[in-house]
Amino acid sequence: MRKVTSVLLIVLLAAISLVSTGISYSQDKPFEGVNITVLTFDGPQIAEPLQRHAPEFQELTGAQVSVVTVPFADLYQIILTDQATGTYSYDAFVFAPQWMVDFANAGYLEDLTPYVEADADIQWDDIAPFFRNFSAMYNEKIYLIPLDGDFHMVYYRTDVLAEAGLEPPKTWDEYLVVAAALNGQDMNGDGEGDYGSCISKRRSAQAWQWFPSFASPFIQSLGTEQGAFFDTTTFEPLINNEGFVRALEIYKETGQYGPPDEETLDVGGTRTLFVAGRCALSLDWGDIGSLAVDPEQSIVQDKVGAVITPGSTEVIDRATGELVPCTPELCPYAVDGVNHAPVASFGGWSGGVSSGISQEKKDAAYAFFSYVAQPAQANVDVTIGKTGFNPYRISQFQDLTPWLAGGFSEKAANDYLGAIRDSLNNPNMVLDLRVPQNQRYQQVVTDPILSQFLAGEYTAEEAAQEISDQWEEITEEIGREDQLAAYIASLGIQK
Amino acid sequence: MEEPPSHLNDRSRYVLLLPAVLVVLFLSVFPLLLSIFTSLSKIRFVKGGFEIEYIGLKNYEKLLQGSGQRRFLGRFDDPTTFGWIILMVFIAVMIYWLFRYVTGPRRRLFGVLMRVITIIIAVELLWLVIRTSSGRGLPGTLVVTLIFVFGGVAAQYILGLFLALLVTQNLPGKRFFRVVFLLPMMITPVGIGFLFRMLTDTLIGPMAPMWKVAGLYNFSWVNDPATARLAVIIGDTWQWTPFVFIILLAALEGLPTETVEAALVDGANRQQMFRYILLPQIIPVSTTVILVRIIEAFKIIDMPNALTGGGPGIATESVTLHAYNLWRGIDLGTSSALAYCLLFVATFVALVFVNFIRQRLLESI
Repeated sequence: MRKVTSVLLIVLLAAISLVSTGISYSQDKPFEGVNITVLTFDGPQIAEPLQRHAPEFQELTGAQVSVVTVPFADLYQIILTDQATGTYSYDAFVFAPQWMVDFANAGYLEDLTPYVEADADIQWDDIAPFFRNFSAMYNEKIYLIPLDGDFHMVYYRTDVLAEAGLEPPKTWDEYLVVAAALNGQDMNGDGEGDYGSCISKRRSAQAWQWFPSFASPFIQSLGTEQGAFFDTTTFEPLINNEGFVRALEIYKETGQYGPPDEETLDVGGTRTLFVAGRCALSLDWGDIGSLAVDPEQSIVQDKVGAVITPGSTEVIDRATGELVPCTPELCPYAVDGVNHAPVASFGGWSGGVSSGISQEKKDAAYAFFSYVAQPAQANVDVTIGKTGFNPYRISQFQDLTPWLAGGFSEKAANDYLGAIRDSLNNPNMVLDLRVPQNQRYQQVVTDPILSQFLAGEYTAEEAAQEISDQWEEITEEIGREDQLAAYIASLGIQK
Repeated sequence: MEEPPSHLNDRSRYVLLLPAVLVVLFLSVFPLLLSIFTSLSKIRFVKGGFEIEYIGLKNYEKLLQGSGQRRFLGRFDDPTTFGWIILMVFIAVMIYWLFRYVTGPRRRLFGVLMRVITIIIAVELLWLVIRTSSGRGLPGTLVVTLIFVFGGVAAQYILGLFLALLVTQNLPGKRFFRVVFLLPMMITPVGIGFLFRMLTDTLIGPMAPMWKVAGLYNFSWVNDPATARLAVIIGDTWQWTPFVFIILLAALEGLPTETVEAALVDGANRQQMFRYILLPQIIPVSTTVILVRIIEAFKIIDMPNALTGGGPGIATESVTLHAYNLWRGIDLGTSSALAYCLLFVATFVALVFVNFIRQRLLESI
């Protein structure tokens, strides 16, 4: 009966969405004959909702949308080279907002501010302020349309932890204790031992994005403006310190309680393991929450809880780089002595429009992103696991109806949204690194060194030193003062 | 009909050749020259194109002595006693080889010079391998590539020769197996990479039940540097053995039957037949096929990229994959410099093989 009700609700919501958006476009087909090509990564998440909505959008507006996908590791350079060389093979892109700084500075992205201002259907004020003001904007202009909201969270098996008398971890040390205690237990009833922790660590994928969630609680405690990547006075990397080294050790130790091929698993692999009931804990964006309620993929429906990423009871003394216990002065936002620093990692996949294409195509590309982002589509998409879209609109946090229709129980929905809300509202939230060429600092330098560290090719201290040295080399090459100014601006520091 | 003047005939040759020459220049030589310049430059993408700044040899310096050294050449440690012994033996063999040439009847100044250069580079490469394999040393992408080249090509030649000999026997179904053995070569390398990724997955891959029976459940091939490299070599061998097989099969089937029959009449057994009759006759083809495979193997990228992503760490990152990853990171200058380093090493190995090893083998027939 509940399933029938859910299906009816989804059909109803879809019908409402078609009717409501139809009002905007039903007078004629303003983009008849216009073809736009949208580039994104080969998820299949993220591309799925774009591909699914493309025919609907064509029906409404006449514009034909082709979605082209490439591996994540190639996405940045393909956008860059396509635009820089004036090839314009792609009209629009769905990518990581932190790259916006490179693309907007070079003039590759269309300023979407006037488009948004003239578009009531997108309901811009309904987009949560963080995504509306940080992920979408650069230099006070809107360049991106948020389609997704991203925060790291720790997921846990409520049944397995309860049976073992364990609480969800509040610190990374507790995470290791819980993972160690549950590792090897059969959690899906197949008679095989399962894993205490599943965290994707595959190189050249998105695994490097986890690490700031391990390191940040040891490094940032005085609020978002303190910064977790660079010193805000010298722009020296906050890497060569005991906190970063401790985070590396924890990151590596989680692997002892994980699947044997964790270092080659991408995030899709760990999600599959989790919803197959093989993991007690996992670190992920919002995706596991909605995948876990999908009856086609999950055997852990209503057995999954989510909490803010674990914190630390120690933070570094920035003068010495040594770890010191949290005090009310050092960790003013600590809860029960635990300093949390949730990372707004990735900032949510967002759509940008090329500045080098015809006005007709720009209009069509913007209209497509607007259509996908409108509450009628977005509020349903975020409840479906395979979309990869996570909540980013205020209404998505307030109205449980789509979540219940999507298969969440009320408790699971509140738990899931509560964990995201805790992160989103945390005054010590860590913002993604958004300085010019941030992709080089993180994807090009940090990713392979983390992989080498996991493989035993570096000690924690050596890995920290190597990352720090290479970050400094990039900074010297680009210019320290410019990078510092960009970093300060990205943190919203008024000086 | 009157013949055209001879000078028109002469010029027509150049006119007719010109299109082909232009195509070669445009598609091959110009890009090659441009990439040399790229390797000496820093390139930034800006609105409407890119900026190129000439920086001399800094990209090479970065790879050989700077921040890229550890990844390209590896991490060095003092050689072990065993390492020293290998190095000393190798140097002694090289000196003996040079001595024989210098005291031999065919010595020339150019030949001596080439041999001295060859010895220096070969000793440097061995020194690199020894120092990155000792103690806390770690092989960089260059040494990893050398492992793939020599490990893979050796395995491919031995297996290819074995299969070719097998198919030349009068066994039932040999026509069928001749086609079956060729199939892996027809598959795209990336496809084979993903195929082996599934096969080496001991948890949920199609071979998982077998791994379980073998007691290797919960074991990952691709988490340990040695087994990850082995997995790449196995995958590469699976794909390229058919190439060696088909060439050697053609060579074996093309051999004159008289010598074989004569050997049989003289009472040669199978081993003697292979060692003294078949092998010497297929040495020219063998050396050619090995040379082609060595040159190709230096460019390996698909298999480690799809199978391991170059990991764990950089344990399976070949030089080409390294260059590709730098290119992904928009470091086009260093990527080009790396490609030229690879070109230098591959050319050196190929020249040594052609001039010294292949020549020697052919002379020994």
